[in-house]
Amino acid sequence: MEGFLPWQWCLFWYIVAMPVVAYGVIQIKKITDKQPESKPLLAVSGAFVFILSSLKLPSVTGSCSHPTGTGLGAVLFGPAAASVLGAIVLVFQAILLAHGGITTLGANIFSMGIIGPLVAWLVYKGIQKANGPTLLGVFLAAALADLMTYVTTAIQLSLAFPVPSFGMAFNNFMWIFAITQIPLAIAEGLLTVVIFDYIMKLKPDILENLKVIGPKVKEKVQAVV
Amino acid sequence: MNNKQYIVLLVLVVIIAVLPLAMYSGMGEDEGYFGGADTSAGEVVEETGYEPWFNSIWEPPSGEIESLLFAVQAAIGAIIIGYVFGYYNGQAKERRKQKKEVKTEE
Repeated sequence: MEGFLPWQWCLFWYIVAMPVVAYGVIQIKKITDKQPESKPLLAVSGAFVFILSSLKLPSVTGSCSHPTGTGLGAVLFGPAAASVLGAIVLVFQAILLAHGGITTLGANIFSMGIIGPLVAWLVYKGIQKANGPTLLGVFLAAALADLMTYVTTAIQLSLAFPVPSFGMAFNNFMWIFAITQIPLAIAEGLLTVVIFDYIMKLKPDILENLKVIGPKVKEKVQAVV
Repeated sequence: MNNKQYIVLLVLVVIIAVLPLAMYSGMGEDEGYFGGADTSAGEVVEETGYEPWFNSIWEPPSGEIESLLFAVQAAIGAIIIGYVFGYYNGQAKERRKQKKEVKTEE
């Protein structure tokens, strides 16, 4: 929301977010130089964020919010690359839709572009290390990235407006954002599973090269196809 | 997963999206339903006495224009995903065809 953070906080979140996005640009260049065949998937990840963040869905709390779509990019290309995709969409929405805002861009990139993808990536890699099912990892990564994005927003607002106290404000904002987001996060998780599974079937080699799936999972997928 | 499982998951997504519409059927924005969560958060912030210090440089002049731009955003994404998946699908089909031909030649 444009102008809804005091300027000191706007500046603070810009300073925090920008180096990550810059690092993300370098990461993307590295990955696409090494594996040019992964470029279409990068486009798909960005396109997925475009679609999901444009869909304002109703939730059981009676208000509307939108999913983020950043989980897919984070699982495929890592959190830094996903932060660039998130930043592109946020700039688009801030300039053309008066949605999100330019002053609050840093704060929004931090929640949707950095914390969300970071959570997705950690969850996915954790489940992969534990030899858990790949698709369960994808589901949890996408759903938790979505949810944690809005928890982060709630924290950011409570930090800026600790009225009457941080705890009370946090409670308020959590109700508004996070509870509304729970069903949407589940929906995003399911959608991400469908699209990931489809990619895994058609292009298991690229996923293996990106270290998203191991050779065992790849064999299993190819046996089915 | 096979196509049937895809459909089951997608139907679940539709149910999640439609359920609130059924739950609060008959209610509208005037009763405080289906507004944006960010708008409610904005109200809470304004209750603290805070006034936004910056307004959007440009705003969609009406709800119609706003929905146009949101639809354009979704369409851009959908075109890209459709293009890449169609291309991948064609490649996979061709691979399968070549495999078959090799087998029949043997």
